[in-house]
Amino acid sequence: MIQKKSKKGTFVALGCIILFLAVIVLLENLGLFMDNVPKLLKPTSQLFVVLKKTAVYALAAVSMNLLTGFTGLFSLGQAGFMLLGAYTYAILTVPMANKDQVYYAFNGSAVKFSLPDLFGGVDTVAGLVLGVLLAIILAGIVAAIFAWFIGLPVLRLKSDYLAIATLGFAEIMRAIFQWQKLGPVTNGANMINKIPTFANFNIENAAGKVVLRLSTFVPFLLAIICIAIIVLLINSSYGRAFKAIREDEIAAEAMGINLAKHKRMSFCISSFFAGISGAMFAMFVNNAQAKPFTTNLTYEILLIVVIGGIGSITGSCIATFLYVACSEWWLRFLDSQTMIGDFQVPLLRPGFRMVVFSIVIMVVVLFFRRGIMGNKELPDLFKGKRKEAAK
Amino acid sequence: MLKIDGLKVNYGGIEAVKGVSIDVPERQIVTLIGANGAGKSTTLRAIAGLVKPAAGRIHLQGEDITGLSPDHIVSRGITLVPEGRRVFPDLTVLENLKIGAYLRNDSLEDDLKWVYDLFPRLKERSWQAAGTLSGGEQQMLAVGRALMSRPKIMMMDEPSLGLAPLVVKGIFDIIKEINRQGVTILLIEQNANMALRVADTAYVLETGRLTMSGTGDALLHNEAVKKAYLG
Repeated sequence: MIQKKSKKGTFVALGCIILFLAVIVLLENLGLFMDNVPKLLKPTSQLFVVLKKTAVYALAAVSMNLLTGFTGLFSLGQAGFMLLGAYTYAILTVPMANKDQVYYAFNGSAVKFSLPDLFGGVDTVAGLVLGVLLAIILAGIVAAIFAWFIGLPVLRLKSDYLAIATLGFAEIMRAIFQWQKLGPVTNGANMINKIPTFANFNIENAAGKVVLRLSTFVPFLLAIICIAIIVLLINSSYGRAFKAIREDEIAAEAMGINLAKHKRMSFCISSFFAGISGAMFAMFVNNAQAKPFTTNLTYEILLIVVIGGIGSITGSCIATFLYVACSEWWLRFLDSQTMIGDFQVPLLRPGFRMVVFSIVIMVVVLFFRRGIMGNKELPDLFKGKRKEAAK
Repeated sequence: MLKIDGLKVNYGGIEAVKGVSIDVPERQIVTLIGANGAGKSTTLRAIAGLVKPAAGRIHLQGEDITGLSPDHIVSRGITLVPEGRRVFPDLTVLENLKIGAYLRNDSLEDDLKWVYDLFPRLKERSWQAAGTLSGGEQQMLAVGRALMSRPKIMMMDEPSLGLAPLVVKGIFDIIKEINRQGVTILLIEQNANMALRVADTAYVLETGRLTMSGTGDALLHNEAVKKAYLG
């Protein structure tokens, strides 16, 4: 009977996801069918920027939560693994035609191939989908391989010491990728641009007019697939072992869980998905450069994980949307000087947004000590209500 | 079944166990009693592979298992119920039990039924977080979790710690029942009275050395033991 129930739950979850994706596609394309579309739904609207960024950050946050919330390893290397992913993606996907232009400072690239071109170029469906997909997966694998090697020494450390060591790793990565000597591969301190982005997935007709927008749908599809894999992992016996390590290392070891092996596994898997989110980040900002992958990015993601609830996947997703929407959209008006009649509203000036934003975060942390969701998932809330109703 | 020969363990620079030899015959309850710091827990931790012995050999059914990692020792059929229960507080009772069977790939149905039959209370609370159980229930869960690995030998570290006398009696009844069903038990206890009553064989450990051994009954009536441990 229990199994039947969980099967039903899977169908409900699957239905919700499909519905959600359908709504995204509909929102995106409403402008194509209606003439008088509200400003909010224009393709240039802030809404779609926020949604795309949400998809990218949500995957980064969930991958960090897998490590911090479910395995109890406090790592601050997220930005480093995202950087690896972003660069791997960009290096492998710059089309051959653009290489000389992108790598002008180094007389062309040392990487003599481009994944989309291997399958027929960015302009063909096969080239775009296969090339980008392969590059994204490789981005994750490169990040995971680095994690494996870094994990050998670093995972012997505990709590704060682990955080400091991984933080150092992320900073070193950033320095290495800006190193001029590696220029032919990483383009030195310059950015790698002219790479396939989410906008490439919009379907155009022969005249070059967009007939179906998929530029918001694609990042969501990628993020949802990755997050679904993480959820399946957490609910498997490996996930239980991770949680056991989080709760009590000694007891977990006494139950026959190999600590070193499982910690490394969790670290590599988390980094794999951080790498993928890094690749998506590169697609989102249309380039790869070391600049955005500072410690700040790690802190942003850590903040999202804490606000959403350490140990809650749905919490991380909800918190990502709220965080991105607040910082990019809903609080924007605080940055612009506003006049009501002849009266200039005080305090509203560039930079004030961040003041309010900080206060909002403090209030959230004060009143939701364990984050918005604690360690519960969204379906748990409905379950609890149903049980109470049954009483 | 389990043979320990001249076991020495260093713990934080001092020699905590100074050459202990114990024989655990199949299907018996063997107990190790002694005061605080006598080296009882360290001996068990060494057998479980949680600490590496400095000298001595440990054999399980003729196979040398000295210095193997804990996962290999668990998969060979030795499991430890750690001191202070150490259940996973934020996981449900059922999840705790499943972690006990982590190294097994076969079906858990029969073993879950076995554990639930031994501890009907755990079945009632299978969806509850283990941290919300009472001390006695947590001890039941710790034992149940250990049984899920289908052990040949179950080692128990102070199962009576911090429990009410009536609950302790219940736990010892269960230990006898589990033993009757074929699991060999190596038990260490400060509650010497209780332990000696259930034990087939008993050893007395003092500052890292064995000072006495015999059947549980014999030690229970031994004057020196009476004076030192039974009061």
